[in-house]
Amino acid sequence: MAGITTEHLVKEYPGGVRGVDGLDVEINDGEFFALLGPSGCGKTTLLRTIAGLEKATDGKIRIGGKDVTYLEPGRRHIAMVFQDYALFPHMTVEDNVAYPLKIQKVGKQDRLARAKEVATSLAFEALLKRRPGQLSGGQQQRVALARAIASNPDVFLFDEPLSNLDARLRLEARTFLKRLQLDLGVTTVFVTHDQAEALALADRIAIMKSGKLQQIGTPREVFDRPANTFVASFIGSTPMNLVEGIVDGSTVLIAGTPVPLPSSAVDHVIHGQKVTWGARPEYLQMHPGAQPNTLPGTVTVSENLGAAMLVSIEVGDHLLKVIVNEDLEPELGTPVWIASEPRRTLLFDEEGARIAAPSEEISHPQTLLVNRDSAITP
Amino acid sequence: MSSLKVEKASTLAERESKNGLASLAVRKFLGRIGTTVFVALVLAFFAIPVLWLVFAPFDAHPSMNVKLPEFTLKNFAVLFGDSSALSSLRNSVVLAAGTMVIVLIFGSVASYALSRVRIPGREVLLYSLLLLSSIITGTAAMVPIFLLMVRLNLIDSQLGVILVLSAGMLPTVIFILKDFMDSTPKSYEESARLYGAKPLRILWDVVIPIARPGLATVSVWAVVQVWGNFLMPFILLTSPDKTPAAVIMYTFYTQGGQPNLALISAFSLVFSLPVILMYFFVSRRYGFRFHGGIKS
Amino acid sequence: MPETSSNKEDARTSVRDDAERQTRQKSTHEDEDVVGLGKRRAVAFVAPALALISVFLIFPAVWTLYLGLTNYGLTGSQALNPQFVGIDNYVSALTNPAFLNSLWLTVLFVFGSALIGQSCLGFLIAWMMMRVNKVVRGVVEFFVLLGWIIPSSVSTFLWFALLDGSSGTLNLLLHTPGTAWLLRYPMWSIIVFNTWVGTAFSMLLFSSALASVPPSQLESARSAGAGAWAQLRDVIFPHIRGHILTNTLLITLWTFNTFTPYLLTAGGPDGRSEILPVFIYKLALQNGMLGQGAAISLIMIILNLMIALVYIRLLRTKEQ
Repeated sequence: MAGITTEHLVKEYPGGVRGVDGLDVEINDGEFFALLGPSGCGKTTLLRTIAGLEKATDGKIRIGGKDVTYLEPGRRHIAMVFQDYALFPHMTVEDNVAYPLKIQKVGKQDRLARAKEVATSLAFEALLKRRPGQLSGGQQQRVALARAIASNPDVFLFDEPLSNLDARLRLEARTFLKRLQLDLGVTTVFVTHDQAEALALADRIAIMKSGKLQQIGTPREVFDRPANTFVASFIGSTPMNLVEGIVDGSTVLIAGTPVPLPSSAVDHVIHGQKVTWGARPEYLQMHPGAQPNTLPGTVTVSENLGAAMLVSIEVGDHLLKVIVNEDLEPELGTPVWIASEPRRTLLFDEEGARIAAPSEEISHPQTLLVNRDSAITP
Repeated sequence: MSSLKVEKASTLAERESKNGLASLAVRKFLGRIGTTVFVALVLAFFAIPVLWLVFAPFDAHPSMNVKLPEFTLKNFAVLFGDSSALSSLRNSVVLAAGTMVIVLIFGSVASYALSRVRIPGREVLLYSLLLLSSIITGTAAMVPIFLLMVRLNLIDSQLGVILVLSAGMLPTVIFILKDFMDSTPKSYEESARLYGAKPLRILWDVVIPIARPGLATVSVWAVVQVWGNFLMPFILLTSPDKTPAAVIMYTFYTQGGQPNLALISAFSLVFSLPVILMYFFVSRRYGFRFHGGIKS
Repeated sequence: MPETSSNKEDARTSVRDDAERQTRQKSTHEDEDVVGLGKRRAVAFVAPALALISVFLIFPAVWTLYLGLTNYGLTGSQALNPQFVGIDNYVSALTNPAFLNSLWLTVLFVFGSALIGQSCLGFLIAWMMMRVNKVVRGVVEFFVLLGWIIPSSVSTFLWFALLDGSSGTLNLLLHTPGTAWLLRYPMWSIIVFNTWVGTAFSMLLFSSALASVPPSQLESARSAGAGAWAQLRDVIFPHIRGHILTNTLLITLWTFNTFTPYLLTAGGPDGRSEILPVFIYKLALQNGMLGQGAAISLIMIILNLMIALVYIRLLRTKEQ
């Protein structure tokens, strides 16, 4: 059992800045867990505090049930892969991979054998006698991973594992990493600022902002049912459209035009309430002619995304973006109408929290306890 | 009539522009000459004294002035036959090596701690040490140091000289090495720490190998400083069998009688060469850097 | 549906993340210790160096304060039983014509060798080297550097030989046989010698200073018709003003403290080249007047301190 739990974890720097502000997180054994958020949100601080490289100011950390809050980093059975890989430049690849075992006082024969074993499983056996300086970025990453694996840890921590690779390599490495984690089954926590990476790799994601937790959920959950406008705009390769509106009976008035009330918000709003209406560009349609319940607007910009087009449409004072088929290339100034589906749109209140049924609502993320096998309805 | 005037004007303009071009060329030429003369003078000023060092050691009949040598190597035979000259070189090596070892060990360990741990008053300490070592020069402190060594019974002791020279160099060395370590990424050490390595082990396995360039530069700098240092051994060492080359060189030409130019020339060359070689080796490898303008 | 974030977003976020990492590293650096050294062990690591420095650098300087107030001597009762004499040493120093002479000579020495000699020559060479080809530059810089690198006792002998009255090279070149330069012109000799040794420092400093002047500014001055002198005055000097000051202070400090001229003239003849370092040596270690020597040493330390403080003040204002 090597799940990780934090209880009201606080990391405060001199001067009062809180890198981590009262976090309660539970990471399950064997889970691939992502810490996601913008710069300065505290995700790396949290990772380093779990590792023990930073001392917690308050709160507790448990690994595998054991309280490690004041335990030396070297005794927590954790392996961490840093963003710059931290491969010792003066040692060969072989010695680098075997290093953790050297510390553990494993004999030379045994540890070199283990290094070879891990290197073979990660397909870089031929590089064992080289120096890190002679390796490419992708190879270095694998060596860093191998070193972590060779140390037989209970937990893997990755600090931005893919950001040092160039874009093309990154996609390959992503698949590789996912597969690796599934094979090894070791609890893995990784930090990233790239939401696509988090969505693709993680079993569950914790989204953070300014040291506080915004939401924990599976990729599907944070994508379809974001807890607030911050998460809604952070997740998704094209940000969700967020527009002010006013509830009017069973519709929402956007720039004066009524659109259907999102199904998740039905019965949970009052007439005249000020809300924020959220709709992903992927889930909106653009029509050349007026239709019932559509938003009228004018095309301003069309961006070619390869297999699709991202069209920016001016609706009153707002700018909405819609993703449409690649064959359509609407000209600047063309009048269009935007259609939405009630099941694919969301409503947020004035504070930014999502409006939904209490049973379905992801209320206080701090007290969340989710088992990988049972997702929250629906 | 007017066409004639125009023609005259055009030839005038042509001539003027030709003159202009000509004067530009003349100015450039004069500038070139000026630069060449300057370079020649500078080269003469700096090279002529050194030429003696190049020619005289190989001259069968060396004299005080620079002249082309009647080639011979027997001056070096004279040098190697002179036991006091040889032992002085050995003493220089002892002093240089001893200082280098102390400065390296004490300095690297101290700068590591200062770089990685926030000790209260760290910045103040560093800068005041640097300041102190700049204003308390050998010259300004020769009196108290002499007296101190008398009291500590370290007069005429090579250890004494080593300790004094080390103390003078340590502030600069610590400053340089700390700077160097500050710019070394901490992820290597953190990585090793997570794998369970203890601090001393991390220092040995990770930090020192990575800091090698800085350590090498500092070692060479220390050796060069000690090798040529005259004042401290001059005032602190009294027995002739302990004097280093820098001091013995001085006695060679200030003792009464004719200076033994054969010995002096060969000795000067042998004494100077290591330092020259080391200096240019380091600057080729690591680039010549200024460290707060400390004289090497 | 596009899955990856756009590259522009990536670049922006990675720049922000680098900033975050730097601030985090800075606060980590200030707060934690990376390898778990612990404050106690860290102090133990610093202790040996600190001990050595305290005993052999700081203590002597402090002790000078006390020594200068005694009549310590090398022999006799003054060695065994030194008496406290208060400021007598300072008074006698300030009224001692030899000391005042030495002080004056030192001023001349620093002015001539450091301020005029090394600075100007160093700058001129650095400037000229910008206009010659790489090979010439390499050769010139090599020979200039040699003066700095060659051990002081060797370079003094080289000049001793050069200036020798009966067979020195200088007399040969200038067709002035028999001129004993070191005896007739001792101050000039040591000034020129010290310039020969120290110019390398100024040359290198000014070289890098000149290299940092943006060439585009020089070129726009040139195309506006500015000649070499105007370029120097209007573009170059403003840029390197700070460097000039830095260089001046550093070589002043160094030249003020250099003992090497002793090997050339031993302060003579008759004290005509007895700069302060030589004066102190003779007074304290040859004539055995340690107390007086200490007093003058203190004066020297204070003068050094003043030069250094000006330098530091300069650095501070430059940073602001």
